[in-house]
Amino acid sequence: MLSLSTTQRDAIVATCIRALPNEGCGLLLGASDVVAEVVESTNVADSAKVYEVDPGVLLRATRRADEGGIDVLGVFHSHTHSEAYPSPTDVAQAPDPAWHYLIVSLRNSRATVRSFRVADGAVSEESLIVAD
Amino acid sequence: MAAVLRIPTVLRPAMGGASVIAVEGATVGEVLLRLTTTYPAIKGQLLNPDGTLHRFLNVYVNDDDVRYLGGVNASLANDDEITLLPAVAGGAR
Repeated sequence: MLSLSTTQRDAIVATCIRALPNEGCGLLLGASDVVAEVVESTNVADSAKVYEVDPGVLLRATRRADEGGIDVLGVFHSHTHSEAYPSPTDVAQAPDPAWHYLIVSLRNSRATVRSFRVADGAVSEESLIVAD
Repeated sequence: MAAVLRIPTVLRPAMGGASVIAVEGATVGEVLLRLTTTYPAIKGQLLNPDGTLHRFLNVYVNDDDVRYLGGVNASLANDDEITLLPAVAGGAR
């Protein structure tokens, strides 16, 4: 289960829309499966088909989380023309079973947001609670 | 040189569980090579077979990405802080 606010969900979708035609991405900071902060990143892969979070953003977010007593809970990214489900690339490069992998599909006019866990190559969707 | 190494959560289970450890080495490469000897399970995540830095591992010395400091040849000073950060990547392809 992953919990975030409507404002945070909207910020994630907005980041992904701004990144078009490329995939958008960023990090989720928080604790106990509750998102406290959404951190936007540039997609340093500069691609519509793959993403990579700016390592400098990752470094600063990791330090900020450590100092604040919270964690990097996971990552979000968009699929511009496919469903919000982990691709083989996502699965191959999702090494942390403790992380939440949130995917935004911009395939349709209304964005779809879903959250997953990836452990030992196995994908499992988790409930995503969006509340004010 | 004695430096401090910050270990990401994903590597901690294979490295004894600690988040921060003390390490020794004159260069980043020396430190990483010693880590692969101590913790063989992580070898493939740190270095390529030719000894260069793995494509999906970011290494920072203090605030600097070592790719801009000479990669594994980046030199270390006493009390430097090394941070390992596996790349966060993926995509629809």
